[in-house]
Amino acid sequence: MAIFLTKDSKVIVQGMTGSEGRKHTQRMLTSGTTVVGGVNPKKAGETVEFTAADGSTTQIPVFGSVRDAVAQTGADTSVIFVPAAGTKAAAVEAIDAEVPLVVVITEGVPVKDTAELFAHSQAVGKSRVIGPNCPGLISPGASNAGIIPADITPAGRIGLVSKSGTLTYQMMYELADFGFSTAVGIGGDPIIGTTHIDALAAFQADPETDVIVMIGEIGGDAEERAAAFIKENVTKPVIGYVAGFTAPEGKTMGHAGAIVSGSAGTAQAKKEALEAAGVKVGRTPSETAALAREVMQSLA
Amino acid sequence: MDLFEYQARDLFESHGVPVLPGLVATTPEEARAAAEQLGAGVDGKVVVVKAQVKVGGRGKAGGVKVARSPEEAADRASDILGMDIKGHTVHKVMIAAGADIATEYYVSLLLDRAERRYLAMASVEGGMEIEQLAVERPEALARVAVDPAVGIDAAKAAEITTAAGFGDDVAPQVADVLEKLWTVYREADATLVEVNPLVLTGDGRVVALDGKVSLDDNASFRHPETAALAEEEAAAGDPLEAKARASHLNYVKLDGEVGIIGNGAGLVMSTLDVVAQAGEEFGGVKPANFLDIGGGASAQVMANGLDVILGDPQVKSVFVNVFGGITACDAVANGIVQALEILGDEATKPLVVRLDGNNVVEGRRILAEAAHPLVTVVDTMDGAARTAAQLASR
Repeated sequence: MAIFLTKDSKVIVQGMTGSEGRKHTQRMLTSGTTVVGGVNPKKAGETVEFTAADGSTTQIPVFGSVRDAVAQTGADTSVIFVPAAGTKAAAVEAIDAEVPLVVVITEGVPVKDTAELFAHSQAVGKSRVIGPNCPGLISPGASNAGIIPADITPAGRIGLVSKSGTLTYQMMYELADFGFSTAVGIGGDPIIGTTHIDALAAFQADPETDVIVMIGEIGGDAEERAAAFIKENVTKPVIGYVAGFTAPEGKTMGHAGAIVSGSAGTAQAKKEALEAAGVKVGRTPSETAALAREVMQSLA
Repeated sequence: MDLFEYQARDLFESHGVPVLPGLVATTPEEARAAAEQLGAGVDGKVVVVKAQVKVGGRGKAGGVKVARSPEEAADRASDILGMDIKGHTVHKVMIAAGADIATEYYVSLLLDRAERRYLAMASVEGGMEIEQLAVERPEALARVAVDPAVGIDAAKAAEITTAAGFGDDVAPQVADVLEKLWTVYREADATLVEVNPLVLTGDGRVVALDGKVSLDDNASFRHPETAALAEEEAAAGDPLEAKARASHLNYVKLDGEVGIIGNGAGLVMSTLDVVAQAGEEFGGVKPANFLDIGGGASAQVMANGLDVILGDPQVKSVFVNVFGGITACDAVANGIVQALEILGDEATKPLVVRLDGNNVVEGRRILAEAAHPLVTVVDTMDGAARTAAQLASR
């Protein structure tokens, strides 16, 4: 059953006709995702040729608006690849069309745009936004909304939530023999639509997830808040990892949100908060995977 | 990007926020002329010479001095220019008109990451470090949520001044300043606008005396005016960071010995940590930099990255840590081999390479076949970090 994204999810791609959108639409199709359409007002009525998962040729229709796409396909998930300058408008369009899951892959989105589109999603109250600046999410063997490579791991019973794309891939790779229910890349921007806590709550409620791995990094206090949430609400074992112990104060480390400000947002504080909530925290990605492995074996 | 105080002052002024006259100077002569223009010494008027550095605590460090005449302003500027304040060299001073301060307040607007909206903070107890006030007297610091879709209108501004306990005599003026600061925040794509202190002058005016503004780098595409400032700042900063920026590389200079190249911000941060841990065993070897080459990892990007890192005289070994997700490891391996060809004799330091993920077997085969004398391939991230740290300790 997984979280947020299942085999029944019907996916549209905003920006499908651009080079990144086209490339990743093909990857999503290859991994068995039900992609039902693309959106581009200038190319409405056209189709784009892709190769389906079974190797046959398939024509994916392009719609003029998200609303049209939803009306004609019953899409319930939109993946956004449009450039940063147009991302807010694209997300607002999906939110107004009441698409339940809006996955914003685009990086470099101004934080004001994200704040406004998130406020809009809250006001309309029909959509979950994931991202921006994230790899999206995958429920292996069922559906893949975004850019996470589908061939790293099969389905399994570990849930993963992470601010980082490559650390997500690394962790999936190290634990591929167990597999994952869903891996969610929430992104490393200062404001994101779905937080660690949202994913933790969903994994706690998901009968197909036994163990949760959560990857955080410097900046803000999302990990500390997640720790408090885990203490109160999560009974499943949680394994944690935090990146950025060596990051200097005041420098942005790649992700727009990854910055230590004064004494706030340090990796050490996050690690301590998680440990105080009973989370086992690995010192390296491999050690973290080993901790998750131990817990999975103890449950077997 | 953080603005200098004088840039924040100018930005405030252009949005109608009340500020005092202030002029920037880079030499004592310019400081003298600026002080003269502001009337220093005439009818007892004073000016304040303020170091322009993007770090707090300049007052305690001696970076803010009062001057009673243009000559004195030149002398003070001469003292302050070139001064080192917490590692920041002072290249500019602002000559600001002196203020007759009756009371000091505090106001700011910032991102509330956890609540995913904005936050206005205000206090009638200004002047001190706000972190200190927040800890010592949290009840004196009003915190009011601001909806990004609405911003600060007259009603919200009144809510903030009431929450902070501003008296009826100044509340309307402060509310007006808050509404104008909101336009600064919104129109400049700021992530922080702070006025500390906001002052009430002896003649009853509310004025922003010192300002701090942080701008969102992701929004620079719609602010050509500040994009130019960012270029200027990068050019004046660390030369390796400037070189990396010119090649569109995401690089941060640190002060260790192991150069780091990786793909993905999280993985690179993690690589720094793992190297620092491994380095403890070898006399405290540390990572020399953060460098995220992103998803592509073509030969040219790899060559540009290596070129920047090998230009750092402190670097003794390089750790290339790539997880092939979308990128295939064979492409990365080819990129490394070709990058070493491009660099030729300039590549002089040992490279430890760890590849994993998509097409890893082929990637490792390519590196083994090339058998470059500088390259060592290690299969695990932890093991590779240890090897790189060991090589850097020799």
